[in-house]
Amino acid sequence: MESQTRQQTVIITNPEGLHMRLAMAFATLAASYQSEVSVALGPKQANGKSLLDLITLAAMPGSELKVMATGKDADEALAALVDLVGKWSEKVSGAKQP
Amino acid sequence: MEIKRGIAVSPGVAIGPALVLDTEWFRIPQHFIQPGTKQEEVKRLRAALAAAAAEARDNQQAVDNKLGTQYGAIFGAHAMLIEDAGLAREVEELIRNHDYTAEYAVSRVIRRHAKTLESIEHGYLAARVADLFDIEKRILRNLLGQRREQLKHLNEPVIVLSHDLTPSETAELDPKMVHAFATEAGGRASHTAIMAGVLEIPAVVGLGRFVTDVSGGDVVIVDGNRGLLILNPDEETLRHYEQVRSNLRNFESSLCELRDLPAETKDGVRVSLLGNIEFPHEATHCLERGAEGVGLYRTEFLYLGRKTDPTEEEHLEAYLTVLRILGPDRPVVIRTLDVGADKFSTNTEPPLEERNPFLGLRSVRLCLRNLTLFKTQMRAILRASAFGDVRIMFPMVSTLLELRQCKMILAEVREDLEEEGIAFNRKLPVGTMIEVPSAAILADQLAREVDFFSIGTNDLIQYTLAADRTNEAVAALYSPGDPAVLHLIDHVIKAAVKQNIGVNVCGEMSGEPMYALLLLGLGMRQLSVAPHNIPEIKKLIRSVTVEEATHVAQEAMRLETARDVNNYLRDQTRRILPEAVN
Repeated sequence: MESQTRQQTVIITNPEGLHMRLAMAFATLAASYQSEVSVALGPKQANGKSLLDLITLAAMPGSELKVMATGKDADEALAALVDLVGKWSEKVSGAKQP
Repeated sequence: MEIKRGIAVSPGVAIGPALVLDTEWFRIPQHFIQPGTKQEEVKRLRAALAAAAAEARDNQQAVDNKLGTQYGAIFGAHAMLIEDAGLAREVEELIRNHDYTAEYAVSRVIRRHAKTLESIEHGYLAARVADLFDIEKRILRNLLGQRREQLKHLNEPVIVLSHDLTPSETAELDPKMVHAFATEAGGRASHTAIMAGVLEIPAVVGLGRFVTDVSGGDVVIVDGNRGLLILNPDEETLRHYEQVRSNLRNFESSLCELRDLPAETKDGVRVSLLGNIEFPHEATHCLERGAEGVGLYRTEFLYLGRKTDPTEEEHLEAYLTVLRILGPDRPVVIRTLDVGADKFSTNTEPPLEERNPFLGLRSVRLCLRNLTLFKTQMRAILRASAFGDVRIMFPMVSTLLELRQCKMILAEVREDLEEEGIAFNRKLPVGTMIEVPSAAILADQLAREVDFFSIGTNDLIQYTLAADRTNEAVAALYSPGDPAVLHLIDHVIKAAVKQNIGVNVCGEMSGEPMYALLLLGLGMRQLSVAPHNIPEIKKLIRSVTVEEATHVAQEAMRLETARDVNNYLRDQTRRILPEAVN
């Protein structure tokens, strides 16, 4: 069995929540992996590779998102995505809004 | 089925397919595909999605180059949304399993997502909703291609739904094809409301958000009497409204029978019933409803929505159009420009920033500061007077001095025309609106210097009670039945009668049977109302004697509060004309 499921919870800290640019970056990155990626906000589930799904999730600042990757490259996928979200949180805190 | 409540601004009931307007003005032509064309439809969808995504990327490139990548990024996001596999899947499912057209399916799916976002209260989501509508537009534009239809080319009657309607948009509507409006924004005095009245179609405004709940082609009901918009009505509601509509039509046609009968009280006193118009062609409505002429021609529409002022010839053409319809013997009272500097700026001066435009540079004040404007209109009115019974009237006169200044300018213009050898009526009747309280109070003095008065009750009531009828917080203060207002009107009528000049009421009040009854009793023998109200008012006049009306007015004048007055008048009117009171 090569397929594995990995998951991790991230917190969206920036004031705009899961906003468009972050969602876009996330979806694009997720799409580059073979694994299936899903993001859950409470009972709501979104396909992590779909920008439409992600913005419909409408995650506000402070929400806890459960990121799940299932597949051969689940480890790498999850690590990369969690890293991305982390970078965006840093990016925004202290930086001016464009 | 959803029932939304808004502000009823034009009466009647309409049932029909929705045309949902966005700023691009296209509509979804059909909901369902012909049997056997599913594959084609899916192909069409995929091609349009690809084209739309490519377009968005082109936009991104262009904006990146011009402004930088952070501005272009949004188009990249749009392209991603358009290419979203989940979106395509949902839309294709509707096509394959429910026979939807690609356009209808796209619209449904996107609006559903938009609705989910809207139901979560959070500022930034408004931008996301806007993004969704943006991609909907882009995809639909690609789907419709050459078939994009403009509102002007409708081939079936529709009910127009939108956030709001601008003057130029409403000017393009064909009343034969648009059976009703309903908008999210707007109030009683808004442009949409006025236009609906002018087009004589039912309308409801101020409904708040609902556009996301509707797709083009959905059946909707607009109840312009009760201020309701019903989306996707169920069977029972549909049947109920079909009945209501049919009853209203019967009532209307019975009122039509009155058309050629005179507006005469039961004891033989003649009342002159005239119509209010905004556009020349409405003169036809006036005639059709049995008005004797035009008691108020609001000329503002000649000026709105343009970059330059109307020329003398343009004015003249409009006035002559009215005269051609009404003939040379029916009176046409033309009111000079009555808007404020805020609604009206030519490209030579920047718009005036006024803190209080309602009390500011508007109407005659504006005209007296801008003599070219004033004289151009006066010239046209004078020239038109050679062809029919034209009369001129000045709005918002607040002092005797102002009135005299207007008359002086008119005299100058008359001299000019004399010198130029252009024909006009030397005895052109000159009147003034009484709508500012100062004018009402000094009606005796003003009556000596004009040929007639016209009481503009809409503004008179607002100024007298210091309440803006479009401001919901204080709109309840606005009431034609307020004792202070009644006293002023009474005073003005008496001043007119003493000087033996004509007086009419041209505000909305005169179009309501219970107030028409009151005005009749106060001595008014001329009313100018919106054309669709003429039959009802005529019926009221024919159902009552002057003696009865006088008695009602006297009683009303004794009452202390607006509420008492209104209740009393309503009861009296119900007694005389039961079906007029709803």
